[in-house]
Amino acid sequence: MDMYDFIQIALYLLLLVALVPLLGGYMARVFEGESFFGKPGFTALEKSIYRVARINNKVPMNWKEYTFSVMVFNAMGILFLFLIQVFQNDLPMNLEGLSGVSIPLAFNTAVSFVTNTNWQSYSGEITLSPLVQTLGLTVQNFVSAATGMAVLLVLIRGIRNKTTQEVGNFWEDLTRSVVYILLPLSLVFALFLVTQGVVQTFLPNLPIATLEGVHQVIPRGMIASQEAIKQLGTNGGGYFGINSCHPFENPTPLSNFAEMLAILLIPASLTYTFGKMTGNLRQGWVLFAAMFVMFVTGLAIMLYAEYSVNAFGATSLMEGKEMRFGITNSILWSSATTCASNGSVNAMISSLSPLSGMVSMLNMMLGEIIFGGVGAGLYGMLVFVILTVFISGLMVGRTPEFMGKKIEAFEIKMAIIAVLAPNFVILVFSAITVMYPPALTSLGNTGAHGFSEILYAFSSAAGNNGSAFAGLNANTDFFNWMLGTGILIGRFGVILPVLAISGSLSVKKKTPPSSGTLSTDNGLFVFLLIAVVITVGALTFFPALSLGPIIEHLQMLTGKTF
Amino acid sequence: MSTKNKHNKLFQKQIVLNALKESLIKLNPMVQIKNPVMFIVFVGSILVSLLLIEEGLNGHFSRFTLQIGIWLWFTTLFANFAEALAEGRGKAQAESLKKLKTKTFARKIVDGGEVQVLSTELKMGDRVICEVDDTIPSDGEVVEGIATVDESAITGESAPVIRESGGDRSAVTGGTKVLSDRIVVEITSEVGKSFLDKMIALVEGAKRKKTPNELALTILLSGLTIIFLLAVATLYSFATYSEAVSGSNLNIDLPILVALLVCLIPTTIGGLLSAIGISGMDRLVSKNIIAKSGKAVEAAGDIDVLLLDKTGTITLGNRMASDFVAANSITQEHLAEVSQLASLSDDTPEGRSIVILAKEKFNIRGRDLAKFRIENIPFTAQTRISGIDLYENDILVKSIRKGASESVKKYVLSLGNPMPEEIDKAAINTAKEGSTPLTVAEDGKIIGLIVLKDIVKGGIRERFAQMRKMGIKTVMITGDNALTAAAIAAEAGVDDFIAEAKPEDKLRRIRQEQSEGRLVAMVGDGTNDAPALAQADVGVAMNTGTQAAREAGNMVDLDSNPTKLIEVVETGKQLLMTRGALTTFSIANDIAKYFAVIPAIFAGLYAFNMQQGPLSALNIMHLQSPESAILSSIIFNALIIVGLIPLALKGVKYRPLGASSILSRNLLVYGLGGVVVPFLGIKAIDLIINFLHLV
Repeated sequence: MDMYDFIQIALYLLLLVALVPLLGGYMARVFEGESFFGKPGFTALEKSIYRVARINNKVPMNWKEYTFSVMVFNAMGILFLFLIQVFQNDLPMNLEGLSGVSIPLAFNTAVSFVTNTNWQSYSGEITLSPLVQTLGLTVQNFVSAATGMAVLLVLIRGIRNKTTQEVGNFWEDLTRSVVYILLPLSLVFALFLVTQGVVQTFLPNLPIATLEGVHQVIPRGMIASQEAIKQLGTNGGGYFGINSCHPFENPTPLSNFAEMLAILLIPASLTYTFGKMTGNLRQGWVLFAAMFVMFVTGLAIMLYAEYSVNAFGATSLMEGKEMRFGITNSILWSSATTCASNGSVNAMISSLSPLSGMVSMLNMMLGEIIFGGVGAGLYGMLVFVILTVFISGLMVGRTPEFMGKKIEAFEIKMAIIAVLAPNFVILVFSAITVMYPPALTSLGNTGAHGFSEILYAFSSAAGNNGSAFAGLNANTDFFNWMLGTGILIGRFGVILPVLAISGSLSVKKKTPPSSGTLSTDNGLFVFLLIAVVITVGALTFFPALSLGPIIEHLQMLTGKTF
Repeated sequence: MSTKNKHNKLFQKQIVLNALKESLIKLNPMVQIKNPVMFIVFVGSILVSLLLIEEGLNGHFSRFTLQIGIWLWFTTLFANFAEALAEGRGKAQAESLKKLKTKTFARKIVDGGEVQVLSTELKMGDRVICEVDDTIPSDGEVVEGIATVDESAITGESAPVIRESGGDRSAVTGGTKVLSDRIVVEITSEVGKSFLDKMIALVEGAKRKKTPNELALTILLSGLTIIFLLAVATLYSFATYSEAVSGSNLNIDLPILVALLVCLIPTTIGGLLSAIGISGMDRLVSKNIIAKSGKAVEAAGDIDVLLLDKTGTITLGNRMASDFVAANSITQEHLAEVSQLASLSDDTPEGRSIVILAKEKFNIRGRDLAKFRIENIPFTAQTRISGIDLYENDILVKSIRKGASESVKKYVLSLGNPMPEEIDKAAINTAKEGSTPLTVAEDGKIIGLIVLKDIVKGGIRERFAQMRKMGIKTVMITGDNALTAAAIAAEAGVDDFIAEAKPEDKLRRIRQEQSEGRLVAMVGDGTNDAPALAQADVGVAMNTGTQAAREAGNMVDLDSNPTKLIEVVETGKQLLMTRGALTTFSIANDIAKYFAVIPAIFAGLYAFNMQQGPLSALNIMHLQSPESAILSSIIFNALIIVGLIPLALKGVKYRPLGASSILSRNLLVYGLGGVVVPFLGIKAIDLIINFLHLV
């Protein structure tokens, strides 16, 4: 690493910290319905959506009504996306004459995009028509992120409310997230990407003859618009199979830097929004700090693993990394994309050193809460906050409470389910896969690295990340069904308990803090929260990791690589 | 109860022997399933035992599996033992109560006559006569007469107490003994449901239900257990895959997986959880407080506001007369004489102190009042005035009133007499100093006032300062006027006070605090305290109080010492802290266990040309062999349960500090300690195992 690498990382982190209060404050204003410059224009759009969709956004919902709306909306989304894939050959805008998508793949893709996972078992440019890409995938890129924000808003209101059932209106939360936040940010970002050379066109693929006279087809399409929301909405599903390694998605160092920043921007800013809306900014910053510390620590370990002199005497490991970006940018991207449940890549994670690969995997295994998905990361982190408060709250001699709300048996039960659901998918689905010989033919490698490929795939699915380790051919019926199911459990196995917790907290009284109350907005709590997150994650996955990346690392020290 | 000394010793021989027996009886699956964490250990023990039998039958018996099996059973037994020991200690206390329950005969009143019946045949509403040396057959209310009663069997207090009909001292407890006079008692409880019966049941732990927080913690521990169950169960499949692709043979069998699982699941806290809960109630009993439910003990730790009666809690019970302030035209001696006259038939400590002060200051002695007919005007909370009227031949010759300044002022003004300015001022000054002015009126005219001085209990100020550090607000309740109350509040260092409080003010204040989300504790004894006791989250009724008060509160203080509310809060906090500390310790232990067991299981993986596979690099403790590593971990895991029994029974040390310093301290001891101790312990056991050649 040279000085420029350090400067770039420092610049990245500084910009992130600086943008958090700006965007976080703006989002709080949006959700609180406060006024700001230029609001009337957005409001007109918001109102017209309610008119067209015949929505009465003024009716407050209790948590069960809200949950019903979330589930219906998501179920309809999956069904619609599934159908337009299966029947894409009969639908318009099928410029390349692609055939209908197979049922397992269509199921996998539909589930994947509706849940903000964007796992791609296929190569977008040769499987899906522009109609599916824009009307299906891009729409879900927006609303899946908005769903995450809506669920987070319910939890915030549950914490803030005093003995009331009302937790907001799903349709209003959804619409506002899209209209005021995701659309304008994406528009600005897409325009910026176009200035960098990202392609944006309605024209079909371009057939050319190369100088050597070879016939070649250059795929193109509405890439910049998809790229923008792909990064901002922690979606990660690229227009191209190789995602942001492709020069049409990510042409310049500047576009690379901006796209990396976009990955963490909204999830990080939501911590500030949380602080603002609950009236405790310090609490928001504490949540940010816990995420930030874990992110930077993971990044440092990864950089160390890549740059330290290894068994072969090389000082850096370049295989599988994009020459245009180099190691520091590949690692920074890989770290951010696995932390934030984004899943876009600009280097092949399979090719990272075993330790870096393990950190990437662990980022997802911990529950996608180090910034995490839009909304999803923060509500996931708040589940861990509940567990932390419970254990450490007891140690100060009071029954535990968080921001004045008592944490009791019901909240603990739901929090445990939310932690268990993704962990269940990772462990059990991986265990089934390794015992099912036909599935093992999909592996690109054998031995410990092959095991890592499987473990990574299910971690990515359960965490709704969507990135792949590469090497694993996941486009088989087995993997499409298994990963699709894992994605569903990983998404709704968390959303449902979180909504239930919100409803339960909302009707509780708010205890005013005293000097006998455990404070959750100081440095000690940052430490405690991290300790609980790491402990739960490490204790759950240490045996599995020891058979994958850890043994790979120990083998690498003796000269064996994959 | 004279159990205080017994409690100093944790392990009494008889109790330990009984607990050992009980821990075997508790192997009943129906008992085990109540504790999900230990149930897993129980099932694991059975599985390994079955495997041992199968191995034995097939003739390839393994010493290693046998030892794993033995230690798994020990783990289960140790947890049973901890629970049985806590229960046994409770039962020992119950035994001493049960001795009171020997069958006694009661003298039941039937149609005006007296019939001898067995005390167990009494029903609610029956009336019985109790005279000198009779044992009161069951709980009841005195409906006739007055008597001194020996309640030492229940309270440990040797001085007899007075029980009389009407008022706040009418409740009597079954099993106590009448020392003088004769009372008629109306039975207020059914057979088997008397106060004594309830106490025995509570102390024995027979009626123990899981408290809300215990339930929540059990859910958390069960969740962790499921996570580890997943981790270990899937490990089998992962290992099989790894064996296949690496061409190594690991021999991962059931005992090893069960051992790993039992090491990882939180058995330490799981095994000690119920012992912690039982001993929490137990510690209260040893302070002579009976909690009617574990829930109340838990709530005590959460208390935000303490409502304390001034009298008896903050001040030394009774105010003492300290001075006479006469009106301008009256001599002090006359005032003293009149005051004494008014107080002669007033046998409250205050009244007596007035008589004594008059005697000391002016050598006035009681006069012969035989020629007068005396009519007592009793004090009521509404009029706040008492006094006497003297009649000679049915003609009112003298009328004396004394009482709260405001009330007496109203009284004289209503009779058209003036309020002397100097007495008004003196009253205000007296109140400002924290004393109570008792204004005296003779024949409707004010003649002066008596200064009653409140004496704040020694050390109470420091106690309140501690409470404040713990985040608990103290509110003093007094019938005094605002000025007096403010002065005493300042002297005692309470945070807030309610002056001129009527019983319903307590209830209102409790409701108000609760609506703001705070938990409130209070002490009470009178019947009019009952609604507030029932409303409070922790209501401690004095044992000397009325039956209504004792029914309404969720704790009863046998010593009737209101200051003990503070100890109740401390015990509640201690209970919660012990749970938190042991949970943290239990989870932190797992780190070392992983470093012992994982390299042991996988040492052979990818071990081609090397002596040991790459994962043996994780054996940072340098344990001798895979077998001894696994065995050491499971032995440590079992022994730590026994090692922590004293902590579970005694509770972690409580210090009155703010939340963050308590947390840092406990984290350091139980968090960091939980990480370090097993590394040392497992290493030590490994050395011993190899020294003894057990594997």
